[in-house]
Amino acid sequence: MYRGREGMWSWIFHRVSGVGVLLFLFIHIVDTALIGWGPDVYNAVTTIYHEWAIFRFLQFTLIAAVLYHSFNGVRIIVIDFWPKGFQYQRLMFYGAMGLTVLALIPTGVLLLGPIFGIAER
Amino acid sequence: MQVTCKIRRYNPTVDEKPYFSVYRAEVEPTDRVLDVLNTIKWYEDGTLTYRRSCAHGVCGSDAMRINGRNRLACKVLVRDVGNRMTIEPMMGFKVLRDLVVDMEPFFEKYKAVKPYLINDEPAPVTERLQSPEDRAKYDDTTKCILCAACTTSCPPFWSNPDFVGPAALVNAHRFIFDSRDQRGADRAAIISDRDGVWRCRTVFNCTDACPRGIQVTNAMEEVKRKLLYDRA
Repeated sequence: MYRGREGMWSWIFHRVSGVGVLLFLFIHIVDTALIGWGPDVYNAVTTIYHEWAIFRFLQFTLIAAVLYHSFNGVRIIVIDFWPKGFQYQRLMFYGAMGLTVLALIPTGVLLLGPIFGIAER
Repeated sequence: MQVTCKIRRYNPTVDEKPYFSVYRAEVEPTDRVLDVLNTIKWYEDGTLTYRRSCAHGVCGSDAMRINGRNRLACKVLVRDVGNRMTIEPMMGFKVLRDLVVDMEPFFEKYKAVKPYLINDEPAPVTERLQSPEDRAKYDDTTKCILCAACTTSCPPFWSNPDFVGPAALVNAHRFIFDSRDQRGADRAAIISDRDGVWRCRTVFNCTDACPRGIQVTNAMEEVKRKLLYDRA
C-alpha cells in the first residue's frame, strides 16, 4: 500500500463516487423504462425509493457522491486551467469536502428525517 | 537509539513470494535511513540487497518506500521516521531482489521523450543565448535526478505500466520549454499519445515524493496546457 495524502484521497473518492453514480444511472434507466408497461408498474417500483428506509439511505449516498464529484470536478478544472491552481489543491480538497458536507445537511433532513420522525414525508 | 526495521525481502531464485524480515539496529537519531540499512547489511545480514551510490541525495539510486511513501533513504533522518520503520521496494516495477527493482522500463520511457537539446541550426561562435526569463521557465525541471520516486508513486502508472510517467514528462518539460530547442513538435507527438501526459489524474503523489522538491504535477499541467493551447 502507498500512503498518499489529500491528492490521493481526492482521487480515490472521485473514482469511487464516479463509478457509484454510473451504477445508479443503470438502475435509473431501468426504472424510467418501466413507464412503458404503464403507470401502475412504474409507480409500484418507484414508490420503493420513497418508502423503503434502505433506499432513502442509498439516495442520500447518491447525492453525496454527485455533490463530491461535482465540487472536486471544479477543483480539478481549476488545477488544470489556473497556472497557480496546483498551489491550492490541498485547500481546495478540504473546500470540496466542506461544501459537500454543508449541502448534505438539508438533504439529510429531507431524505433521512422521515425515517427518524424529524421531517414530513 | 534502537530502531526496529521491517524490510520487505524477496529473492526470486529462492522465495516463492515476498516476506518481511524484522531487524533491530543501534543508530543515532541524526543518522539517515540508509545508515540503518548499512548497519543491518554490514553487521547483521549480508544478504540484504539495495541500491546506493553517492549517499548524498544526488545520484538517485536509493529511492524506496519508507513507511509507505517514496523517499531517498539517504535523505531521510531516523528522527523524522521514528524508531519503527517499514521499508519496501518502489511499486510498479519488477522486483529483482529485496529493495532493487528493474529500472529498464523507466529509462526506456525517459529516452523516448528525447531528453536532450535538439537544434539543427549551425552552432554560433559563442553560446546559444537565452534570456533569464526564458531560462526561468524550465528551471524547476532541470533538478531531476531520475530516482523514479515520482513515477512509482503514481496510481495511473501502477494500473497502466505503458503510461510514460511523471519522470519522463518532467524531462520532456525541461526541453519543451527551452527556447533554444526546436523539436517540441516531436516530443508533443509522443506525450500527447494515449499513454502520454493525459493519463495524469492530478493525484499529487509525485510532487510529494520528489526528493528534489520539483513541482512534478505542475510541470505536467504546464505540458497539458501547452499541448491544448498550441493546438487551438
